[in-house]
Amino acid sequence: MRALEAVTRYEVVVGLEVHAQILTQSKMFCGCSTDYLTAPPNANTCPVCLGLPGSLPVINRRAVEATIRTALALNCEIPEFSKFDRKNYFYPDLPKGYQISQYDLPFSRNGRLEFDLNGEAKRCGITRVHLEEDTGKLLHEGAIHEAQASLVNFNRAGVPLMEIVSEPDLRSADEAREYVMRLRAILQYIGVNGGDMESGQLRCDANVSLRPAGQTEYGTKVEVKNMNSFRAIHRAIEFEIGRQTEVLDAGGRLAQETRGWNDARGLTVSQRSKEYAEDYRYFPEPDLPPLDVSREWVAQIRAGLPELPAARRERFMTTLGLSPYDASLLTSSKTMAEFFEETVRLGAPAKTAANWILGDFSRLLNADRKEIDEASIKPVHLQQLISLIDSGAITGKMAKQTFEAMYRAPDPGPALEAARGSTQISGDAELDRIVDQVIAENAKSVADFKAGKEQALKFLIGQGMKISKGRANPQRLDALLREKIS
Amino acid sequence: MKLYQRTIRELHQMLIDREISSVELTDAVLNQIDLVGDKTKAYLLVTRELALGQAQAADERLRAKRDVRPLTGIPIALKDVLCVRDVASTAGSKILGGFTPPYSATVVERLEGEGAVFLGKTNCDEFAMGSSNENSGYWPVHNPWSLDRVPGGSSGGSAAAVASGEAIAALGSDTGGSIRQPAALTGIVGMKPTYGRVSRYGLIAFASSLDQIGPMTRDVADGALLLQAIAGNDPRDSTSSSRPVPDYLATLTDGVKGMRLGVPKEYFVAGMEPAVEQSIRDAIRLLEQQGASIEEVSLPHSDVALPAYYIIAPAEASSNLARYDGTRYGFQAGGGRNLIEEYMLTRQQGFGAEVKRRIMLGTYALSSGYYDAYYLQAQKVRTLIIEDFKKAFEKVDALLGATSPTAAFELGAKTQDPVAMYLNDIITIPANLGNVCGISVPCGLVDGLPIGLQVIAPGFGEEVALRVAYAFEAATEFHRARSPLMGAAA
Repeated sequence: MRALEAVTRYEVVVGLEVHAQILTQSKMFCGCSTDYLTAPPNANTCPVCLGLPGSLPVINRRAVEATIRTALALNCEIPEFSKFDRKNYFYPDLPKGYQISQYDLPFSRNGRLEFDLNGEAKRCGITRVHLEEDTGKLLHEGAIHEAQASLVNFNRAGVPLMEIVSEPDLRSADEAREYVMRLRAILQYIGVNGGDMESGQLRCDANVSLRPAGQTEYGTKVEVKNMNSFRAIHRAIEFEIGRQTEVLDAGGRLAQETRGWNDARGLTVSQRSKEYAEDYRYFPEPDLPPLDVSREWVAQIRAGLPELPAARRERFMTTLGLSPYDASLLTSSKTMAEFFEETVRLGAPAKTAANWILGDFSRLLNADRKEIDEASIKPVHLQQLISLIDSGAITGKMAKQTFEAMYRAPDPGPALEAARGSTQISGDAELDRIVDQVIAENAKSVADFKAGKEQALKFLIGQGMKISKGRANPQRLDALLREKIS
Repeated sequence: MKLYQRTIRELHQMLIDREISSVELTDAVLNQIDLVGDKTKAYLLVTRELALGQAQAADERLRAKRDVRPLTGIPIALKDVLCVRDVASTAGSKILGGFTPPYSATVVERLEGEGAVFLGKTNCDEFAMGSSNENSGYWPVHNPWSLDRVPGGSSGGSAAAVASGEAIAALGSDTGGSIRQPAALTGIVGMKPTYGRVSRYGLIAFASSLDQIGPMTRDVADGALLLQAIAGNDPRDSTSSSRPVPDYLATLTDGVKGMRLGVPKEYFVAGMEPAVEQSIRDAIRLLEQQGASIEEVSLPHSDVALPAYYIIAPAEASSNLARYDGTRYGFQAGGGRNLIEEYMLTRQQGFGAEVKRRIMLGTYALSSGYYDAYYLQAQKVRTLIIEDFKKAFEKVDALLGATSPTAAFELGAKTQDPVAMYLNDIITIPANLGNVCGISVPCGLVDGLPIGLQVIAPGFGEEVALRVAYAFEAATEFHRARSPLMGAAA
């Protein structure tokens, strides 16, 4: 509610810094595997990613390619000349005492991300996309400030990491969340990032400030860290807006600081203020020569880009007739969009398929924190269920129960068959009547079948299904037709 | 003549003639280390077992005439900044005490491939920062020509080892003169190749954009041989050049007839000993007599090379040395009440005074608000120095000058005055900043102490520098002079 009030008196200004791990097989500057989640601690390390004396980095070209791919998908300019720099600071998870990153000549700049929020077109500038290396991970014995010992796992050290910096163009927590969702979808579409926020494949920091409505200068910005879900991003920004509003309303001044989002308590906590801000002493990385990014290479990467969410959304609206809202939601996840397209390709009407995927299916998936490709229900199952409904064989209410049963089962087949079976005509008298009607109305096909055309029988069975509104058992129709015709 | 007094080529001939074995040769050198090692303190670690094992393997190669290379069976010393798998490597620093790398430097692997014998790790100024070897974290090195004098630095241990017969040849590293200056001060040949000619992988970094590994030998031909073995592209070092490596021996003896040699007037600096200047003038005249045309040239930005170097090198060092925090390897102070305190205690106790001075200089130069005035400005100066050399090399094939303005000075003479110490490198530093190569070749004795002639050639023109140095050496006897510790040649 406080956030809502703020909108009227203050303008909310949000810029986001998103860190996305790049899905390469090997690390940014050495040949070690990037598998840091399942490998035993420090198994995927070598002199280079451990920063041993005398070791030297060698650039992983695929990571550079993925960065440029991302930048192109975000409509960025790709300068012909780029370089790496060292960002110097001490921390036990940083084995060299500096992080190889990019300072003043990143791989890309001046892009934009366009998205739709509640039917309104939005546009957020992308300042830059640059490439750097991830750090190791610390494991503290107990709480960080009381820990007697901390362990370091360097498996993650040197994993390629992109930083995608937005302009301060976002004006609400809703916009910020939508921006990250769209960004995540793009990264997944182009195959550069896994998209999992909880495991840290995708991380987001937000710069939040307020200014009196109508003022052009920006207010004091606060950097909010440690938000590892879309919900957390939204809640943290909402909280910050409320907190800053209170300070400003009371005539106070905001401190330029970094605050951490505490998800359990639902608030942000001050981590460090500007007076203690680090001086990272950036300077060009002397171990790596500057890079010439050839126009041919950029053109090649651009040519390899798949259909992006915005284009797919447009196509879902124009050729499949979906509403902008449905098309946006469906294309926000690559796997969901693909599930939808496959269901439609199998014969399901687009609108019905969209309703199922965005309705019951998403509700169940969200409750289980699952992605659509992890569900046992596949497009073919959904399409069959939809066809049962459309043929009138089962009611909408039954279909909902059936869908949930299908979702819960490791194999949705039996539940689908049971739904079909429960409405099937069991009485021989009724089936007899249907078969007689089919024979009477399709004399030509009957004759064809008699003449040995097996295909004709398939047609006759189809007619029987139609008359029965899908309630007849096709095997029994087959048997009865053969019996009566011969 | 004793085996340890000979050159690589003489010994190679004796080895392939089966006149001697590598084990005999290695024994002879190890005995010399036993005999004079306490006087020079050239080694931090003698790898006796490793050396004898490698010598045996080399003898098998020689016996079977299988893949016999010019360095097969030759005992070589390695500056302690080079990582050798499973051998303690400290860069002369206490902070790396107990550190044993699990991998070898590329140059070490190449020498292993040649079948060379590793005698041990030679002493040096801590992290190669110094011009006298007095900054070693362990002990100073003494000049085999006069034990109360410094051997120069930072590769003073390698220089002293070659000059005292404690090694047939050695590898050093040169960031601002650290191969050439000690070579000059101990009467041997030392070469700094062009940046990118030799892989830096496994070289414990001082200043990454300036460091280069190079040979330290008894004469120029040995230098050419050793360089041939270590030069070339290395996929593990992105700054190593993929230019093909020429056959350095092929043009070595071509002489200087018809060559244009430049004498930068700025290299006759104030403070140069008159006797050194006289020797250099004599050397220039001699090359002229050999058929070279001599002309004076100007490298107008030479006077700002030293200050630029003392911004760039410490800046890079401040970052390169950040990894020594005591948490993963090497020295850890212990007793800190928290992480930051532990970092501070470890670095206060683990680093020596000069290293700390340079870390502070470099940290300051890179700090926000000072970066433009110092680091960026120094990089602009570096560009001017590169341009100076380019212009000079449009007119001449190589440049001549002294390596060091003075002969070896007494231990302790300059330790209280860092700037006086820094001035030792005033004529070697421009070659590092200018991306060119340089070699020092003995050119005389001043009061019984050796001095060196420096030949500077364009980037990747090592064969030119070697050829000029060889022509000078062939016409003189200076390189045959042996330090009292090595003993007179028979």
